[in-house]
Amino acid sequence: MLSQQLVNGLVLGSTYALFALGFTLIFGVLRVINLTYGFYFSIGAFVALTVAREFGATIWVALPVGALSAGVVAVVADWILLTRLRRAKAGELASLMVTLGAVLALYSLMAVFIGTDIQRFPFGFVDNTAIEFGGIRISLVQMLIVGTTFVLVAVLFLLLQRTKLGLMIRALAENEDAARLMGINVGLTVAAVSFLSGTLGGAAGVLIGLNFNAIQPFMGEHMMLRGFAVIIIGGLGDIRGALIAGVLLGVLEVLTAGYISSNAKEAVAFTILVLTLWFRPVGLFGRAQAKRA
Amino acid sequence: MSRLLSRVGAAALGSLMGASLLATPVMAQQTVTVGAIEILSGPSAAYGTAIKGGLELAMDEINAAGGVLGGKKLALIVEDSAGNKDQAVNAARKLVGRDKVPVVIGPTLSNEMFAVGPVTNDRKVVTIGTSTTAKGITELGPYIFRTALPESDVVPVTLKTAKEKFGVKTIAMMYANDDAFSKSGFDSMKAAAEQLGLTIATIETFGSKDADFSAQLTKIKGLNVDAITISALVEPISGVVLQARQLGIPDSVRFIGGNGANSPKLGEIAGAAADGLLVGSPWFIAKKGETNEKFVSTYKQRYGKDPDQFAAQAYDTMYIVAKAIDTAGAADSEKIREALYKTDFNGVMGPFTFTEGRDPASNEGVVVLSMKNGRFEILE
Repeated sequence: MLSQQLVNGLVLGSTYALFALGFTLIFGVLRVINLTYGFYFSIGAFVALTVAREFGATIWVALPVGALSAGVVAVVADWILLTRLRRAKAGELASLMVTLGAVLALYSLMAVFIGTDIQRFPFGFVDNTAIEFGGIRISLVQMLIVGTTFVLVAVLFLLLQRTKLGLMIRALAENEDAARLMGINVGLTVAAVSFLSGTLGGAAGVLIGLNFNAIQPFMGEHMMLRGFAVIIIGGLGDIRGALIAGVLLGVLEVLTAGYISSNAKEAVAFTILVLTLWFRPVGLFGRAQAKRA
Repeated sequence: MSRLLSRVGAAALGSLMGASLLATPVMAQQTVTVGAIEILSGPSAAYGTAIKGGLELAMDEINAAGGVLGGKKLALIVEDSAGNKDQAVNAARKLVGRDKVPVVIGPTLSNEMFAVGPVTNDRKVVTIGTSTTAKGITELGPYIFRTALPESDVVPVTLKTAKEKFGVKTIAMMYANDDAFSKSGFDSMKAAAEQLGLTIATIETFGSKDADFSAQLTKIKGLNVDAITISALVEPISGVVLQARQLGIPDSVRFIGGNGANSPKLGEIAGAAADGLLVGSPWFIAKKGETNEKFVSTYKQRYGKDPDQFAAQAYDTMYIVAKAIDTAGAADSEKIREALYKTDFNGVMGPFTFTEGRDPASNEGVVVLSMKNGRFEILE
C-alpha cells in the first residue's frame, strides 16, 4: 500500500508542479502576481475539450492546440491588463488587484458561455486503463503527467540557461531598465514570457482535466491556492524549486491522508507554507533574493 | 409650429399619465409576487438553474389555468445567491424589504438556508426550501418549511436495500467535510448504518472541490469492504467513483450515494465506472403516473433537457405555494403559513403533506435506483 501511496503522491505532486511552472515563471520574470493564470489553465482545457469533441481531434492535436491557445490568451491578457501598470512602474499589489478583478470577470464570462456543469473528454479519448506492476497501478494519463512535468522542467531550464531568449528573459528578471539599456526588446520579451507561461498553464489544464475528468470554468480557481503554496515553498520564480516543492507537497498530502487522517490533508500545504515563510522566506530552494528565473 | 408641437406633446403626456395612473393599481392587484433565491452563477449554478426551470414551468401552467386568488397572476422574482451565504442573505433582505414578497422559495443549499432562515423567520416571511435536505433546517423557526425530503428519511431506505439485497455488511464511509449538505448526509448515513448493524471500517473525508482522492481510496482498497458510502455533491462523487475503479477497487464493491449522487451528471462523467451505484430518490424521471409523465415531457420541450430531482421538487413546490395562497385567500405571509399546514397535494413526487415540524410527512415515495451503463434504473 505504501508504494501505491507514493505513486499517488508523485502523480498528485506532478499536477501541482505542472500547474505551478508557468505561474512561477510569470512571477519570477515579470514581477507580477498574475491571478489570471488560473484562467489560462481553464481555457486550455476547454479549447482542447472543444476540438476533441467537435472535430474528433486526438490528444496529440488537442493538447498543443489547447496549450497554444492559452498562450495567445495570456499574451493578450497581459498586454491589456498590465501594460499600463508596467509603464507606471506600479507595485505588485496593483497587479494583484487588477488581475484579481480580471480573472473573476473571465471565469464568469466563461461560465455564461459554457455553463458551470463539469464536463469531460469523450470516453476513449485516451486509453485510461491502469497498468499494474508489482501491486502498483498507474494509468497512461498519469504517466503522461509525470513525464510531461519532468520534461517541461528540463526544457524550460535549458531554454532559460542556454538560449538567447533565455538570456533576455533572465536579464529582464534581473533589472528591466538595465535590460532595456543593453538593447533588449522588453516588450517582446514580456510577450514571450506571457506566451510561455500561458502555454504551460494551458497544457497543465488539458492534462489535469484529462486525469480528473472534471473540466469546468472554475477549475483553475481551486488550483491557484495550491499553485501559490508551491511557488512560495519552492522559491518565487524558481523552476526547479516548483518541481521539487510540488512533488514534495503531493507526497506529503497523500501520506497524511493515507496514514494520519484525510481531514488533515488540506492543512498540509498551508502548514508548510507558513513554516516556509517563517523560517525561509526565500523558499526552500530560493537563493538570496527571489529573483531567479 | 412649436405651439402645435407642445400642445400635441402635452396631450400625449396627459394621456400617458392618465393611462399609467389607471394602470398601476390594477397591475399591482393582478399579480401575486413570490421570491426565490437560487444559485444561478458559479460552480453550482446547475442546481439553481434546474430549480428555476421547475418553478417557472409550474408558474406558467398555474397562470395559464387562471392564476391564483380568482384570476390574479403569479409572478416570480429569482435572485442569484451564487452559492454564497452573504449574497443569499442580501437577496433575502431585498426580497423581503423591497419587493415585500409573502413567500421566499429557496435558497438552494442547506449552507445558505442556515444563513437566510434566521433572517426571513425574524421578518415572519414564509420560506420554503425545495432542495435543502440537511438536518435542522426547519428547526430554524416556525416560518421555515421544506418540500425536500430530508436525507435522513431517504438514506435508511437505500442502506436497508443494500443490506437485504446484496448482503452488505462492512462499509467504508466517505464525505466532503467542507459543506453542510454533505456532512449532514453523512451523519444520516452513519446513524442508519449503525441502526442496521453494519460495520464501519473507516471514515474518510475530502474537500468538495478536490479532484484527487487516490490516497483515501488506496486506504479503503486495503480494507476489503463490501460497499462504500459517499455523501457529497455530484462533481466529487464522479471523481471518486472513477478513481476507485482506476485504482482497482472491484466492481463488486458497490457505491451507495447520498442525495448528491442522484444526478444524471454522474453517468455522463463517470460512465461505466459508476455502474452498480445505489441511490435513494424521492423522485425519478421514469416514475409512472400521468402527472409525472406530463411534467417530464413539457420540461424537456421547454428547456431541451431532462428534468432532474431539483426541478421536480421545485415544480411541486410552486403548486403547493399557489394552493396555499388560494387557501389563505390573500397574499399574506401569516395566512399562507397556516394554509401550508393544510397542504394535501399530489404532484410529481407523490402524495405530499407537511408534518407539524414543517417537513415532508412521508417517505413512501422513495425509490432506490441503481446505475447501469451510465443511466439510473429503478432497482427491481
